[in-house]
Parts: sequence; structure tokens; C-alpha cells
Amino acid sequence: MTPATKEPATRNAAAASACGYKSMPNESRLDQLREDAWQKGVVTRRGVDVAGGPIPHRPGYYGQPVVRPPVWTREIPIYFFIGGLGGMSAVIALAAAISHHVDVTRAALWLAAISAVLSPLLLILDLGRPHLFINMLRVFKPQSAMSMGAWILTGFGTCAVPALIALELHTLHVFTGALDEVLRIAAGLFILGSAMFGMLLATYTGVLIGATAIPAWFLHRTLLPIHFGTTGLGSAAALLELLGHRIAPLNAIGFFAAAVETALLVWLTLDRHGAPDRAIHEHASGWFIRIGEIFNGPLAFVLRLFGLIPLAAISFLLGALISRFGWIAVGKVSGGDPESVFAAER
Amino acid sequence: MIGEGTHSTNQRRHNYVQEHVEVGFFTDPTVCIGCKACEVACKEWNQVPDDGFVWSGNSYDNTGHLGASTWRHVMFVEQDRQKGGQIVGSHSLGNGEDPFRWIFLSDVCKHCEAAGCLEACPTGAIVRTEVGSVLVQNDVCNGCGYCVVSCPFGVIDRRPKPLPDAGGAFKCTFCYDRQKSGLVPACAKVCPTESIVFGRLDDLRARAAHRVQKLHQHGYDDAQVYDPTETSVRGIHAFFLILGEPEAYGLPPKPQIPTIHLKSAWTAAFATAFAALLATLCAFAFL
Repeated sequence: MTPATKEPATRNAAAASACGYKSMPNESRLDQLREDAWQKGVVTRRGVDVAGGPIPHRPGYYGQPVVRPPVWTREIPIYFFIGGLGGMSAVIALAAAISHHVDVTRAALWLAAISAVLSPLLLILDLGRPHLFINMLRVFKPQSAMSMGAWILTGFGTCAVPALIALELHTLHVFTGALDEVLRIAAGLFILGSAMFGMLLATYTGVLIGATAIPAWFLHRTLLPIHFGTTGLGSAAALLELLGHRIAPLNAIGFFAAAVETALLVWLTLDRHGAPDRAIHEHASGWFIRIGEIFNGPLAFVLRLFGLIPLAAISFLLGALISRFGWIAVGKVSGGDPESVFAAER
Repeated sequence: MIGEGTHSTNQRRHNYVQEHVEVGFFTDPTVCIGCKACEVACKEWNQVPDDGFVWSGNSYDNTGHLGASTWRHVMFVEQDRQKGGQIVGSHSLGNGEDPFRWIFLSDVCKHCEAAGCLEACPTGAIVRTEVGSVLVQNDVCNGCGYCVVSCPFGVIDRRPKPLPDAGGAFKCTFCYDRQKSGLVPACAKVCPTESIVFGRLDDLRARAAHRVQKLHQHGYDDAQVYDPTETSVRGIHAFFLILGEPEAYGLPPKPQIPTIHLKSAWTAAFATAFAALLATLCAFAFL
């Protein structure tokens, strides 16, 4: 090939005649085209490529997503956090009630009831048509995790709020005699109910995003409910400790949750699927999950080991919130990545 | 060989809704001319709002992909491959052979036999019609967005503000309103080459198999029917003939309905719930 010279027309002509590729359009090239067309009736070489051409190769169909990323906004990860915390608070309330920790029972039940009010509000805010939220209770569909979640949340609210009212009336001795006894029994039953619904409220969210078409989610469908349930339990204990209930059982729960989260961080790091879940392992969104898991796993555990309980509690709560945002962010990246979907299926 | 009514069923009145006959679309890119009449007819008949006027630069496709306001989408696939018995000139594009083919395929909601969106819908807004299609009842949908992540084909989507009827989930209705009146879906009605064929599902399947056979005889070695009957989706009612691999058309090679993940996920959820309950009870009982 002729080496490029300083004379522009010659250089372009040489390049054009060599391959006719990636060269600037110029007069001599047009002259050459005219000559070719006149002499032979055909143009013998590939012309100058148009700007932006050829269309760069992208995976799938022009890199378009194959499945659709979630449309959910920040209400959903916040709901995952608050619902998980409140649901597991009800479990703590039950255990505390059985072992006669009256203060802890009341505080935990307050958290559960507040969560039972905030959670539906957050979910309704995220709906495309909030005024039709009641349609969630039109059907009961076991095959839809969203439907089951709506019913679990309804059941939780119907138990947690009356439980709190009954317990407060009983503790404050508003009534006496038989009515107070009825309140005591009602509070016990409603606490039992809210604990049953609450432990499902904290874990079903993992099923909700695990049973979807998003590769990074469904590949971790067993980890997700464990993660969401554990962070729910740990968050409930952490918030109760921050509210001043520094008792041994809550500290033990804090240790347990942080230990499980540490194990889950190791599991998630080892359980790599390559391209299908690369949103977790190669993309920035995965860092949200990992940073969150470090906060509520090893860091919370070590802080608690050194007796820095408030710091451990704050670390756990932060981690729980960050990792919820991380999982939604990962879903958006993974759903928009056609190669992940192809790789997960092939 | 081919069942009754496979020829020009696109212009014929029918009673499929009343007779509960399963119907479908067979879309054949080898006769598609990329005119986008199906897109226009769909938008006009269903009064679907525009979803932006963006020049993509991707061949002749400025629609992008199916979505809440795009229920038919003509794909323009450019490939460095030979199309059937096409003669590749060595004079026009350099010294060696430079095969090139341009394929048009009108994409649409697949109306799955086992539909992810329908199973996921918590309001019962998505239903199966008499003709076997999957329909979103717009007045019932509250826009929770769960169908969006449950469709293995990425078809259904939530319509953003400020478009009309914003907030609800939308997709191809299979022109259920037209079908109830004995009319053919708008896209099939206008297709000038009958690349989109509407008809009885069994007839269309036979027709597709016959067409693939014919194309193989004509040298289209990579022609195949895209109808994932062997996966958990159990087949689709709007199926396609494709040249080459499904990935090139943005179609998932082995689509699965997300409900297959429910068992393992719920098992983990129940196990975690009881483990948490047990751990909490133990912590309070023994400490």
C-alpha cells in the first residue's frame, strides 16, 4: 500500500483506491466514481461509508432489551425495608410477649403497626393508578407472588393494628374486670396473627422478585427470601436497640442476623453464573448489594463483638436499606441486558 | 394438506369468538416488505398514542421495540449472510463475496399458551379470551407493574405519563373488539403480502410447517418456526417463521414462564420465616 503523503488529495485518493474505506470524501474520489461509471457501467469498489455506518454490531436486535426491566421506583425498595422490619418486629413482639418483656412487646408492636400503615401507602404510591389499589383484593391467586403479598399485607395490617390497640388499652388499664381480660386475650391472639403474617411479609418479597423473568433475580431466587427475611429480623432488633431496649435476646438476634448476612455475602460472591447475572458481579449496581451486605454482615458483626451496639445497629439498618435498593438496581440493569437473558436460557 | 380456510383468511368474516375456536397469528418474514402498514393500522384502530419520534439509526426501524404504546413492531434485521438461493455479486462490493440480507419481521405479543403476565397479575385484569388470546382489561388494571417483569418476551409495559390512559399496563389485544364482531385483527387485515396471517391455530401451524418445508427446498436452509412448545411457555399463539437464530430478532431462545421459580423461592421463604421465628423464640426463652 502507498504510504500516506502530506498532499491531502493524493493521500485520500490512495486510501480510496486501496480500500475505499474510512476515508474522507473528496473531489478526486468523485471523479474516479464518474470515470468508473462512464467506462465500465458499474462502480467497482465500495464507496465511502456514511457517517456512523456500518451499524455497529450489538447483541440481539440492536442491543434492545429482551425482557423488560422493572418500572418500580424508590417506593418499592423502601417498602421492602419497612415491610421487612415491621413484619419481623411482630415476630419479636410475640417472643417478647411469651417471655413477659412487656416494654419490648409494646415497642415492637408499635413498629409493626406503623409499618402496617406505611407499607400499603408506599405500595399504593408506586401504582400506576393509585385509585384502583383496592383491585388487589379482587382475586386470590397463589401463583402470583404479588397477589399473595397483597393478602399477606392485608392480614398483617388487620392483626397488627388491633393488636397494638388491645395491648395499649390493656397495659394502660383503661378497662377493668372481664373486659380487660378479653383485651388481654385479644391482644395475645392478634400478636400471634401479626407474627404469622409478619414473618411471611418479610420473606415473600424475595419470592416476588425471584419469580420473574429477570435473570439476575431468578438465578438467586433461594438467596433472596433468606436475605430479605434475615435483614428484616436484624433491622427490627437493631431499631428496638436504638430505641433503648438493650437486652440480651435482641443482642443475640443481632449477632444471628449479622452472621447469616455474612454467610449470604460469601454465598453471593461464590455463586456466580457468568453472563446471566453479570449485573451483580460486573456492574456498578452490584456494588450497592455488596456494600449493603458488608454493612449488615461482617461490619455489624464485628461492631457488635466489640460491644458497640448502637453503631452495629445503625450499620445493619443502613446495610439493609442499601442492599434493597441494590437488588432493584440490579434488576433494572439485568433486565435491560439482552445477553444476560440469552445466556441464562442457552 | 392445509386445513380449510388457510388461504386469505385475513379478509374473511368469522365466528371464532362465538364458537370458542383457538386462533393465532403466523408471521412470515420471507414475504414481508417492511411497509409498516400493520403498525399504522394497529395504532389507528386501537387509538394507541405515539411514543416519541426518535430516529434510531438502526436500519429502517425507528420503532425500537414492543411496549405499552407499540403493539406491532416491524424489525429490520441486517445480516452478513446469504438469503436462500440469493446470488451474491462479487463485483459490487469489493473483491470477495460479500453476502448481505435484509429481513423484515413484524413482532407482536405472543399470546403464550402459559402466559407469564396472566399468572402474575394480582388484580385479575389479565384474562384468557374465548379465542385463546391474552387480554388486559384496562379498567381493572391498577398499574402494579408485576406483569412487566413477568413476561419472558418483554412485551407488556406500563404506559408512562403524560400519555392518555397512563399508569396502566398495555399490550396487543389481538383486536378482541374486532374479533367479537367477526372481523380480523387490524394488522392482518391490512398486510398487503399476507406476511401476517390470521386464522385457526391448527391451520396456521400446518401452514407454517409447509412453508418451512418449501423454503428449505428453495435453499433457505436456516428457515425455522419460532414456537417454543418444548419450554414451560408451552407454545405461543402468535408464532413466527424466522431465518437464522431467534437471538437476532431479540427473541429469547428458550423462554420460561416465571412461575416455574415459585416452588424453590417459596420453600426458601417459608424456611427463613420459620427459622427467624424459632431463633427469636429461642433468644427470648433462653437469654
